[in-house]
Amino acid sequence: MSSKVTATLLGLLGLAFYSGMGIAAGDPYQLNFQEPQSIIARETYDQHIVAMWVCVGIFVVVFGAMLYSLIYHRKSVGYKAANFHHSTTVEIIWTIIPFFILIGMAYPATKTIIAMKDTSSPDITVKVTGYQWQWGYDYLVGEGSGISFISKTSTPLSQIYNKEAKGEHYLLEVDNPLVVPVGKKVRLLITANDVLHAWWVPAFAVKQDAIPGFIRDAWFTADKVGTYRGSCVELCGKDHAFMPIVVEVMEPAKYAQWVAEQKAKTAKTTIDVNKVFTMDELKAEGEKVYAGNCVACHQANGKGIPGAFAALDGSNIANGPIEEHIGMVLNGKVNTAMAAYKHLSDVDVAAVVTYERNAWGNTKGDLIQPSEINRFRK
Amino acid sequence: MAAVHDDHGQAHGHDHGHDDHGHHGPPSGFMRWATTTNHKDIGTMYLWFSFAMFLSGGVMALMIRAELFQPGMQLLEPEFFNQLTTMHGLVMVFGAIMPAFVGFANWQVPLMIGAPDMAFARMNNWSFWLLPPAALLLMSSFLVPGGAAAGGWTFYPPLSVQMGMGMDMMIFAVHILGASSIMGSINIITTILNMRAPGMSLMKMPLFVWTWLITAYLLVLVMPVLAGTVTMLLTDRHFGTSFFNAAGGGDPIMFQHIFWFFGHPEVYIMILPAFGIVSEIIPTFARKPLFGYSSMVYATASIAILSCIVWAHHMFTVGMPATAQLFFMYATMLIAIPTGVKVFNWTATMWRGSMTFETPMLFAIGFIFLFTIGGFSGVICAIVPIDVQVQETYYVIAHFHYVLVSGALFSIFGGTYYWLPKWTGHMYDESLGKLHFWMSFFFFNVTFFVQHFLGLAGMPRRVPDYALQFADFNMISSIGAFGFGLSQLIFLFVIIKCIRGGEKAPAKPWEGSTTLEWDLPAPLPYHSWTTPPVVK
Repeated sequence: MSSKVTATLLGLLGLAFYSGMGIAAGDPYQLNFQEPQSIIARETYDQHIVAMWVCVGIFVVVFGAMLYSLIYHRKSVGYKAANFHHSTTVEIIWTIIPFFILIGMAYPATKTIIAMKDTSSPDITVKVTGYQWQWGYDYLVGEGSGISFISKTSTPLSQIYNKEAKGEHYLLEVDNPLVVPVGKKVRLLITANDVLHAWWVPAFAVKQDAIPGFIRDAWFTADKVGTYRGSCVELCGKDHAFMPIVVEVMEPAKYAQWVAEQKAKTAKTTIDVNKVFTMDELKAEGEKVYAGNCVACHQANGKGIPGAFAALDGSNIANGPIEEHIGMVLNGKVNTAMAAYKHLSDVDVAAVVTYERNAWGNTKGDLIQPSEINRFRK
Repeated sequence: MAAVHDDHGQAHGHDHGHDDHGHHGPPSGFMRWATTTNHKDIGTMYLWFSFAMFLSGGVMALMIRAELFQPGMQLLEPEFFNQLTTMHGLVMVFGAIMPAFVGFANWQVPLMIGAPDMAFARMNNWSFWLLPPAALLLMSSFLVPGGAAAGGWTFYPPLSVQMGMGMDMMIFAVHILGASSIMGSINIITTILNMRAPGMSLMKMPLFVWTWLITAYLLVLVMPVLAGTVTMLLTDRHFGTSFFNAAGGGDPIMFQHIFWFFGHPEVYIMILPAFGIVSEIIPTFARKPLFGYSSMVYATASIAILSCIVWAHHMFTVGMPATAQLFFMYATMLIAIPTGVKVFNWTATMWRGSMTFETPMLFAIGFIFLFTIGGFSGVICAIVPIDVQVQETYYVIAHFHYVLVSGALFSIFGGTYYWLPKWTGHMYDESLGKLHFWMSFFFFNVTFFVQHFLGLAGMPRRVPDYALQFADFNMISSIGAFGFGLSQLIFLFVIIKCIRGGEKAPAKPWEGSTTLEWDLPAPLPYHSWTTPPVVK
């Protein structure tokens, strides 16, 4: 039974309320879930409509009776109180009826839960990793396997701090969206690098906590081509509000083209780790890595946030032995907000370490070549 | 408890001379409150403490709503915003709602069962005086380096392991508050089981006493679990253990299981006494006995038992096996049945009564109406596929504010107005009380009803900034929040006015009231029921 039919059956009141439902995402007066774009999302949507109307029905009956009582059984109209105070028959009736209503709601939900958990035989498997505060996507199995990238918000700080007008997809836009083909079963292996995160795209009804040290899975099959937006929904620290998720669903042919482009791009941009870099090359590269990974806590000026995040400018690590500096970047510091960054490439690690030692007031003057990083990896 | 004089004048006004109490008159001034073992004094302190915390938590809520008034970052930085959401939750749960109910228990349990005082009078003093240091720890953590705890009131690791010393202060505060709650509960259980007036069998106890008896058992059951889990967090933070660290063989999700094994019964700890208060108010103003007294008792007990086996419905998105999700969904849905029984019973109590609508009755009816909306959204959240969509969104925020604000808090307001004449010896200002109700009722719904829509449309909770789509509803919600916050100043004004004077309250100001406390003389003596009444 589609949600529209249900609503029509429930009458005029239903229509009045329904007019606010199921309209395109982005409407400021959207009253219901986003338009579902997968089988599970659609079942969830319909179950919610049914549950809503069951609740409204009970509400009208119970509070109709109470309202009648409030109007007619009042002292000011001279109503004399009765003195009854129990009736076993009535008690049994209103214990049993809700029981059957609940069974009616639980039955379809049970079927959906079992379907939600069936992650077998996917067409594509993607590993999703939550970082503070960005998402990593690694295509593991299926068309596109081997593609790997980081996806982070593309909303500029100037918009967040009201220095310029906010764009249409404010806080719901990323640099590199997750790209999947339409109609194919996508299995997600979800984990995290530092703290808990949760990956949520409402249109697919996929919400799965990302747990450091554990892998959980979820799946969806997108019904239609389009761009679907979501965000991290488990509190993960200061920039929790700023790690959106965008999924780009493409026709299979276009997806194949995207895969080819990605592979070509990876081949082209892969820098030879054995190349010998100059200081300026490393610093230039390192500044980019810093802006992408470190700036949220340590700040662009390297001063950190006193009391919360350590300063790098003038710090003992950035001005001390380079081995310790590299170790800190690769392995993080236990029980602090400094996460491990061993997912960065050797070039990135060498570049960012070199940059940090030679930026702001730090004038250590030493550099490290990417070829040397590997020996620090545990 | 040798006192047999029942002539000590005003019950808990501010200027007790106590010259009339020869052999053990309490000292005056601060020492009177610091050393008191009188259940009325201690009840009063609990209530004022909780009101102070309610205002502090409220200011935090208003700062949160001010930042959320418009999209973009305007007033606060994200770290501070997270501290505010965390502390708002902790202060309201542990500082405002729970102590308020203990305050009610202190005042009302001895009066309603015909006991002269609480069973352990000195421990009673201690369990109150543990609260101010805990509150001080919580509040002053804003001032330490790194600020207050910012991991949400549920402080899930590993995020809570990353925090600065604000988190340690919070952990110690929780330890102290837990110790206070356990002592308070033991006191309440012992008082109720041992000190009832002759003839008052368990099934003749007022429903408020029943709900508190069951609540106290829940507290004794789950507060040690909370203490255990915060201790594990503390050792993970400082002593190298790995309870919640996968790299050391632990599991961050285990924290959530332990936390919610405490946390879900905690939800009922905050609502069962509310059920009790409402079950006293409704029959009084309907002038008709409570419908289905024994089914109310059984429903309360079933809710308490079920509340211990549903905890993982807070965790439907952690990736449990389907069978676990099904079990927790079915168990959670079952709670709707005894809760429904209660709502039906209250409605049946009103049915063919002879009702009047003084402020306590307005709050009680407001409670039933709005709490039921929160109950319905609770059933909707219990259905796993729907919960997966609404988990960690504003829908959940709306849901639990409907049960905690218009549920627990409205019952506290109602109960205060109901018993204020007995406590102070004066009638409160009825028109201002009604104004307080209507303002609270209106602005509460303005604040929280739209949050259902925000959550369904996809706005995550615990965010200082949001997509443009959510701007209008957030603005409405913020306006409502400020209206609601300011309305509470009316409440403060009414209370102070009532304590300072006003029309003398008769011993039994409410025509339809039947419980024992209304048999005590007005003004209420400092020591009451020194000779127990006989209940037939």
